[in-house]
Amino acid sequence: MTLHPLVSMILHRLALGLLTLFAISLFIFFAIELLPGDLAEEVLGQSATPETVEAFRRELGLDQPAMLRYFNWLGGVVRGDFGTSLANGRDIAELLAGRFANTLFLAIYAAAIAVPLSITLGLLAALYRGSWFDRAVNILTLTSISFPEYFVAYILLLYFSVTWGLFPSIADFGSDADLSTMLFRTFLPALTLVLVVTAHMMRMTRAAIINLLAQPYIEMARLKGASPVRVILRHALPNALAPIVNVVALNLAYLVTGVVIVEVVFVYPGLGQLMVDSVAKRDIPVVQACCLIFAGIYILLNLGADVLAIATNPRLMHRK
Amino acid sequence: MSDTLLTIRDLRIEGRQGDIWQPIIKCVDLDLRRGEVLGLIGESGAGKSTLGLAAMGYSRDGTRISQGSVTFDGMDLLGMSERRRRGLRGKRIAYVAQSAAAYFNPAHRLIDQYAEAPTSIHRLIPRGQAEQEAREIYAQLRLPNPDEIGFRYPHQVSGGQLQRAMTAMAMSCKPDLIIFDEPTTALDVTTQIEVLGAIRDVVRELGTAAIYITHDLAVVAQMADRIKILLRGEEVEEQPTRDMLAAPKEEYSRSLWAVRSFTSEEKSAPASDEVPVIRVRNVTAEYVRGAPVLDDVSFDIHAGHTVAVVGESGSGKSTTARAITGLLPPVAGAIELDGAALPAQLAARSKDELRQVQMIYQSADTALNPKQTIREIIGRPIRFYLGLRGKAQEEKIRELLSAIELEPDQFIDRYPAALSGGQKQRIGIARALAAEPRFIICDEVTSALDQLVAEGILRLLKRLQEERGLAYMFITHDLATVKAIADYVVVMQKGRVVEQGPKGQMFSPPHHPYTKLLLSSVPEMDPDWLDTTIQDRKKG
Amino acid sequence: MTSISLKSVPLTALFGIVVITGFLLTGLFADLLAPFAETEIVGMEFEPWGGDYLLGTDNLGRDMLSRLIFGARNSIGIALATTVLAFTIGTALGLLASVLGGLTDQALSRLVDMLIAIPSLVFALLLLSIFGTSILMLVLIIAMLEMTRVFRLSRAVAMNVVVMDYVEAVRLRGEGLGWLVRREILPNIMAPLVAEFGLRFCFVFLAISALSFLGLGIQPPTADWGSMVRDNAALITFGDITPLLPAGCIALLTVSINFVVDWMLHRASGLKD
Repeated sequence: MTLHPLVSMILHRLALGLLTLFAISLFIFFAIELLPGDLAEEVLGQSATPETVEAFRRELGLDQPAMLRYFNWLGGVVRGDFGTSLANGRDIAELLAGRFANTLFLAIYAAAIAVPLSITLGLLAALYRGSWFDRAVNILTLTSISFPEYFVAYILLLYFSVTWGLFPSIADFGSDADLSTMLFRTFLPALTLVLVVTAHMMRMTRAAIINLLAQPYIEMARLKGASPVRVILRHALPNALAPIVNVVALNLAYLVTGVVIVEVVFVYPGLGQLMVDSVAKRDIPVVQACCLIFAGIYILLNLGADVLAIATNPRLMHRK
Repeated sequence: MSDTLLTIRDLRIEGRQGDIWQPIIKCVDLDLRRGEVLGLIGESGAGKSTLGLAAMGYSRDGTRISQGSVTFDGMDLLGMSERRRRGLRGKRIAYVAQSAAAYFNPAHRLIDQYAEAPTSIHRLIPRGQAEQEAREIYAQLRLPNPDEIGFRYPHQVSGGQLQRAMTAMAMSCKPDLIIFDEPTTALDVTTQIEVLGAIRDVVRELGTAAIYITHDLAVVAQMADRIKILLRGEEVEEQPTRDMLAAPKEEYSRSLWAVRSFTSEEKSAPASDEVPVIRVRNVTAEYVRGAPVLDDVSFDIHAGHTVAVVGESGSGKSTTARAITGLLPPVAGAIELDGAALPAQLAARSKDELRQVQMIYQSADTALNPKQTIREIIGRPIRFYLGLRGKAQEEKIRELLSAIELEPDQFIDRYPAALSGGQKQRIGIARALAAEPRFIICDEVTSALDQLVAEGILRLLKRLQEERGLAYMFITHDLATVKAIADYVVVMQKGRVVEQGPKGQMFSPPHHPYTKLLLSSVPEMDPDWLDTTIQDRKKG
Repeated sequence: MTSISLKSVPLTALFGIVVITGFLLTGLFADLLAPFAETEIVGMEFEPWGGDYLLGTDNLGRDMLSRLIFGARNSIGIALATTVLAFTIGTALGLLASVLGGLTDQALSRLVDMLIAIPSLVFALLLLSIFGTSILMLVLIIAMLEMTRVFRLSRAVAMNVVVMDYVEAVRLRGEGLGWLVRREILPNIMAPLVAEFGLRFCFVFLAISALSFLGLGIQPPTADWGSMVRDNAALITFGDITPLLPAGCIALLTVSINFVVDWMLHRASGLKD
């Protein structure tokens, strides 16, 4: 059976992604084994009697060999069962579900604004490179990527919420809010994220286009009488898609996995905040679960970017 | 309608170097009539391409037209708005570049790029008509499968075909003038002749005027009605082609012709029982298992002799060098040095074995470490192989610099960036000599250099060979170089040796069919050469 | 080419150089500059600006200005140590991979691919939850994460040099690995590596300060800008900008570095043509 080269390449990448995810799950699980003691001792601390530690160990299944525990855990994960939290004994899958939805909502909200905005700005900056517009955008975005997220978040909070009272400072919208309430209440965290990722994506878009402007085929387009807009959109952009798609994927991944800070500042009940709380409490099963989900999303997005990059490259799509 | 199509007067163009503007073109005039082909020749840095682009009112980033006028069909190209200039480009003046592979956009099919100017940009004809015309002109340019080749992407088409497709693209709006900028320089000789023929026929049939830019005199002799010679941004002289070939007026023009006449006497064959310095014995090598890039290659190189290995790109000549140096160990056969087998792997060779085999590279730019001075570049092998340090090392460096005709005091502390192309190549030679080798591989050492400079390098290599009894292996695609320096010639094609023998024998019939094709494809000064050769091939 | 006249430096880069120098000096001479000791409780909690305490006091009654000054030493010092560590390991491995090629390159590259496939903040959180939060752990973990990026860059730029004919000439001569790396490759990749050092430092600095802000990085009572934002964050809801001061210091330093690096990269690309 012969497959289209694109299909076989996607399958190849998919297999590679699964392999990476498997390797990460191994890492996540066995990193704990590197501890001098074990989980039970770590959690209960110095003061616990050997009997309690022993009992706790049995409860966690730590008396079984690590390999067996790993496959039990992995088997559970595949079925959607992440075990129970050490801190409050609740089912982890249940704990995650709602928060994961919240994190995704915020990420999509921010992405819907940031992606079109940054690509448009990037193309404009490339078109008018060297102009005052380009220079101003350069300084602004350079500043914006240098700021810690919480700095941006607190400035927005100070003005939009405390001083002007336009938007709420706490982004929790409860369980039965309608869409417009949700969008309103999460406006400030979304805006923070937009500011942070737009700068990066816009700079990379501009750089990807400008990199290509020195290419001979761009000179050819100019010598055929093409206008500057046509040169950028028809001749540079198609060849810059792969790096642009890549940087968009990277930033989308960031929107899902890097929102921790923003969630903490605006007290938003997302996955990131849960993870931070769990790290502080050393609730390791929950941390492992969050970590695996984040890694999965990250790999999925990169996979998507790879496939898109292949699909837009005629060298790979149309073999000799 | 006046007969004059293009007039350039008192044109000056400057290029920026750091904060200063340096002249590239200094006061050049140019006239072109409708349907006429003007050949523009000169060495690298003469400003040919810059002048060609200026004829379109175009200057590259970092260059500017500082003075003068360009008048195209009565219109002032430099004075008009950029929008109006764009309206002329591609439509009435078109451009054909040297490297079609780089000048075609990899993201679009050939036909889309052909149709862009007449349909989307200048809106002259509908798409369907553009496609129809593309097929006709592809056929005229003798492209295979003219009906479907346009629907391929640039990477799916060979270099020679791409160059013709680019000529077709330039023709798409039926322009009055086409600028050809070295359109065949990047091609192998056997491909070049076809492209030259195709371009000339089309230009003649459509009566398009052209400026044909090249550094190759023999090529321009076939293509141009008149020839203009440029040197460092200034005109040397201009004459009708046949007059220029018969009687160049200026000293510089004559020197360009003279280069071709440099040849050396073939040395007598070595005694039959003499052990060669290097023997390549039945070598087969491969990068991928089961796909040999060298197939049973054998030849000998004797002390004091030069063996030229000739072939087109992909023939395996550079791979042979890699096998000899140990970078690509053969899967079968062996390399012998003075009758004893050399270890196949580089890592297994002794310091003395390494010392005996040295290499000089094609591009002197990438062959010298830009962060080391000449003293370090030449001094290191002296210390590494001969163990000389301090004063002895310094003396040896100076001795070598003198041997390659560079003044030691002036050059010893320079970095490569402060040297000309020819000087860099000489440093490359000195570095090889520093090891006191018996055998040197010269990989296309003159092909990146201008003819006069190249000739100097060849004479130097010849002299060093006589003084030191060196054996050379000369890798080249240029038959003029072979004539100039070789004693013995090995012709390669697709990883095999198709013919080998002493130079005199190789350049006189009877030939192996491939050698014949190769020899007959090299352009000659005779303006009728192209016609005669194409006629001959049709007959034969 | 090596001498740079002050006039040719753009305003943004000049600003950056001044700020970076200022912060470095502040960090070095923190003991002399600070009016109070790093952890000394000098007054009431959250005292306003002015008077004895120029910028007021923090949530425990420590002098804000003194803690900002000591913060310069701690925050920059720790980030610098981490970056140096990440660079040493990353560059060494990157050069090794590019020069040796083959299996070494494959093994190192695949390992780094895997490490990079985990988002770094998440990875850091996982490791911190397992190993606990101490400055040593923090430095080691962040250095290991950033090392992967340094590896990729140094391998890529070294690869461009390794394919040069002069490197082949050196190999054919029979030179050892040490000469090849030190004399032939390193001098030719210094410029991009120096620029990368600036950018990496920013990333490291922001990552550590983010962790500190979350209470998982540099631990009290050490004065550190990230944790200082966290400690005083409550003030913001009263419209008091004090918590923005340490955050502003972080922003100012990273902006400055980015300005300087941007100029360096621009110069390097400008010199090419």
